[in-house]
Amino acid sequence: MNIHEYQAKEIFKGFGVPVPDGKVATTPAEAEAIAKAYGVPVMVKAQVHVGGRGKAGGVKFCTTPADAKEKAAAILGMQIKGLTVEKVLVTVAADIGSEAYVGIIVDRKRKKPVFMVSAAGGIDIEQVAAQTPEKILYLPVDTRYGLRSYEALRMGFFLYSDVKLARQAAKIMQQLYQAFMASGCSLAEINPLVATPTGECIAVDGKMVIDDNELDRHPEIEALRDVSSEAPSEVDARNNNLTFIKLDGNVGCVVNGAGLAMATMDLVKYYGGEPANFLDIGGSSNPEKVVNALRIITADPNVKCILFNIFGGITRTDDVANGIVTATQANPLKVPIVIRLTGTNEEIAMKILTDNGFTASADMDEAVVKAVKLAKGGQAA
Amino acid sequence: MSIFINKDTKLVVQGITGRDGSFHTRQMMEYGTKVVAGVTPGKGGQKFEDKVPVFNTVYDAVQATGANTSVIYVPPMGAADAIMEAVDAGCSMVVCITEGVPVLDMTKVYPFVKERGARLLGANCPGIISPGESKVGIIPGRICMPGNVGVVSRSGTLTYEVVYQLTRAGLGQTTCVGIGGDPINGTNFIDCLEAFERDPKTQAVAMMGEIGGTDEQEAADFVKNHMKKPVVGFIAGQTAPPGRRMGHAGAIISGSAGTAAEKIEAFKAAGIGVAVRPMDFVELIKAKLN
Repeated sequence: MNIHEYQAKEIFKGFGVPVPDGKVATTPAEAEAIAKAYGVPVMVKAQVHVGGRGKAGGVKFCTTPADAKEKAAAILGMQIKGLTVEKVLVTVAADIGSEAYVGIIVDRKRKKPVFMVSAAGGIDIEQVAAQTPEKILYLPVDTRYGLRSYEALRMGFFLYSDVKLARQAAKIMQQLYQAFMASGCSLAEINPLVATPTGECIAVDGKMVIDDNELDRHPEIEALRDVSSEAPSEVDARNNNLTFIKLDGNVGCVVNGAGLAMATMDLVKYYGGEPANFLDIGGSSNPEKVVNALRIITADPNVKCILFNIFGGITRTDDVANGIVTATQANPLKVPIVIRLTGTNEEIAMKILTDNGFTASADMDEAVVKAVKLAKGGQAA
Repeated sequence: MSIFINKDTKLVVQGITGRDGSFHTRQMMEYGTKVVAGVTPGKGGQKFEDKVPVFNTVYDAVQATGANTSVIYVPPMGAADAIMEAVDAGCSMVVCITEGVPVLDMTKVYPFVKERGARLLGANCPGIISPGESKVGIIPGRICMPGNVGVVSRSGTLTYEVVYQLTRAGLGQTTCVGIGGDPINGTNFIDCLEAFERDPKTQAVAMMGEIGGTDEQEAADFVKNHMKKPVVGFIAGQTAPPGRRMGHAGAIISGSAGTAAEKIEAFKAAGIGVAVRPMDFVELIKAKLN
């Protein structure tokens, strides 16, 4: 789960990381009032879950409160990579001496969180990594022992030759690591970490990505979720324990298991169709899940055909069949449906479906070919 | 022959009295797995299905029954502890079915298991089956049959799909392993490929990967440099949009590492047969076996 910059900085602050003062505004007048209260200059920064906000014009330097009002008016409502800006962070502008990058990410290869630090901050770290890898220090952390003082200090000295700055940075590494672990992050980033001309280290931008699997443990972080920045259908799906991602095609897919769901989408494409979505109804079977899945998929006007591909293991195919019958009795389908079911309780499922006027196939390729044809307006074979 | 589990596997089930644990324990017993013990704290002294003794701790279960393998069906927040408990009690093989284990928990579990010389499969995996010998986990037994193809996969239901098609075509399996889709898992493709290469019965390997990470590329390197047996591979997620998480924590494309195209190229370069569709495994493996 992504959280906004202002939320990440609040968490950082709670662990002692120095961040500039700032407040969120949803209107230009609020932005002006915040700028007046803090004193200028301030930065006005779009709060959306995408990178490259600055390049898109979503981050502005403001010299007067009136200027902050004007720039907030321009940024609020702006579209950045398809997302509408609904909040801006108005924050005290720091004096910038130098900019460093500090990040922690869980590295699947090393099977540990790894710090990445570089004195070449402020820009794309990917670019630094590709062009000048020697400018990045990678430091894996054994989470059983935590970040050792000498490790933090090594990173501090990698960034700064000045002892006072190096020590401040080392302290910030420790605080960031604490925030990372305590919040259940898969990524935490300070970019840039600014050294001011007067020798202070300050986190000018912050980012955190939370491991979804940690959210049960951290209700306070789940509460930070901004549903306005997600597609409503995806929010609806998540609330019903479905994994759904909307795509641009016209074959609506309902599958159990992520791997099979992706393979089904691939097969739709292979046979000349376009999937309308990724939808995983998960492992345990529950007719209610099928009802919700059908509701979400049929809400998409692009969907011209619905394809079920269920391989019953834990999932009982009779539960899925019952779900299809219940859902379509309540809301008759306006588009054709192609059903492929095999596995646990297959015979019962087939009977339920045929008794209710559906046909089903046990073969995946056959079902996909049929669905693609129907989505194109053709007749089923 | 088989890898990791066989007819001598003595299994302890952690979470045996839970909803999933009890259902799948019955299935494993029906399949013929030697389920020697169960663990549910507070239910020690009871019997599961009037047959399997239940203990409060894995330590007690191992001491009393000589269990050498554990399978875990406990809720995600307790899974890391359950894995460490099993390894500490002396299980040399631990299969964690639980989905939703926090990745930071796994950063502690992984070195713990390694340092004690045990093998962890999963978490978030369907388990492992050696057809006709033993099944540990949730892979449906009736879609498998004994034979000489080794199967290794990051996915659950996609594994079933491929195994089902192999079985229908008369291609039986030595062992089918689901390694799980999480970013940090105990056993990876290379561990399985290495074991299949050593297993005298296995004559070919079917490998199912996914977008995200570089495990498949590393597996391809291993095949190229260390394997004589033929391998056929498939990558799910060829049409997945970049940067979106497709259910599995592992199935995420970030930067240039981990796209389907990149993985398929790595397969080709290593001489791995590429199945474009799941059904292609059948013909490709038949061709390699002849």
